[in-house]
Amino acid sequence: MLLVMEGTNCEDEAFRSFSESGFDPKKVHVNELDHTALEDFDAVYLPGGFSAGDYVRAGSLFASRLMASKSAELARFIDEGKPVIGVCNGFQILAESGLIPDVSHHGKREVALASNISNRFECRLIYIRNVGRNRMLSEVAMDPTPVPVAHGEGRVVFSDKSIIEEMKQRGQILFAYSDPDGNTAGYPWNPNGSEENIAGMTNEEGNVIGLMPHPERLYYGYQLPYKLRSGKPTIGKQFFGAVHKYVMKVTA
Amino acid sequence: MGKIKVEVSYLPGVEDPEAITLTKNLRVLGYKTVKSVKISKVYEFDLAGKEGREQVHEIAKKLLCNEVIQDFHVKE
Repeated sequence: MLLVMEGTNCEDEAFRSFSESGFDPKKVHVNELDHTALEDFDAVYLPGGFSAGDYVRAGSLFASRLMASKSAELARFIDEGKPVIGVCNGFQILAESGLIPDVSHHGKREVALASNISNRFECRLIYIRNVGRNRMLSEVAMDPTPVPVAHGEGRVVFSDKSIIEEMKQRGQILFAYSDPDGNTAGYPWNPNGSEENIAGMTNEEGNVIGLMPHPERLYYGYQLPYKLRSGKPTIGKQFFGAVHKYVMKVTA
Repeated sequence: MGKIKVEVSYLPGVEDPEAITLTKNLRVLGYKTVKSVKISKVYEFDLAGKEGREQVHEIAKKLLCNEVIQDFHVKE
């Protein structure tokens, strides 16, 4: 399920990436949620964009609508091990909903996506590498991998420093920004000033995944700049392919 | 009936790049006495009944403010 509302704008690329990876995706508008059963779907995907104009805070209105309608159903869906993935604005929605990182298991907001430290909308190619222990995405971005970012509010900030330590121990920090050689580095490689260079994270079970970079915007090799075309699978192919493989296993 | 305001601002210690940029530029413009600027957002609610006040608190806590980085004050 690709969940959309007014202002989301990455659902078409995501739809294509899911289709190409073997899924039969369906777009569902947030207004239709009350008449839609989550159990009919294998995965929930929250796309990027500027949902509800990003008014109040990025993703906060979408998060309120989602949780008002589907909080209990979504909790069951997550307990069953099905993936809930948020990219960019989708990550902001997951953070605002308290679904991620959910270290306390109380659905509390523990992380915020604050304004980029550069005070700019950062829209360009960066590198990420896998630093987590996620069973779904264990083979994604094992080497520093180029991926586009496009956000103004992507700086990961925690309510409490102890949350970072808990997340590290549990392998919940999934992707980190790096330079092309895999070294963690400051701006511009880390485009927003995130603590610990965090680009993506998961819940403890690893099936709720939030990331700021856009794998759906780089599915085909020709979407890379000429100099970076190595013949290796793109981040989009790796990411959505891994999600499909995982879903096949979970729903088998 | 009545109006009620909610002011949402960043918690102390949370970096606000907008405020930093504004401060920096004010200094460049010659306003050397400006040490720092704090920016907050004010929501004004027009309420139909007294019970609305409790709802405004709930709205502020659940939606307007992310307590990881922000704080709010209700002004009646």
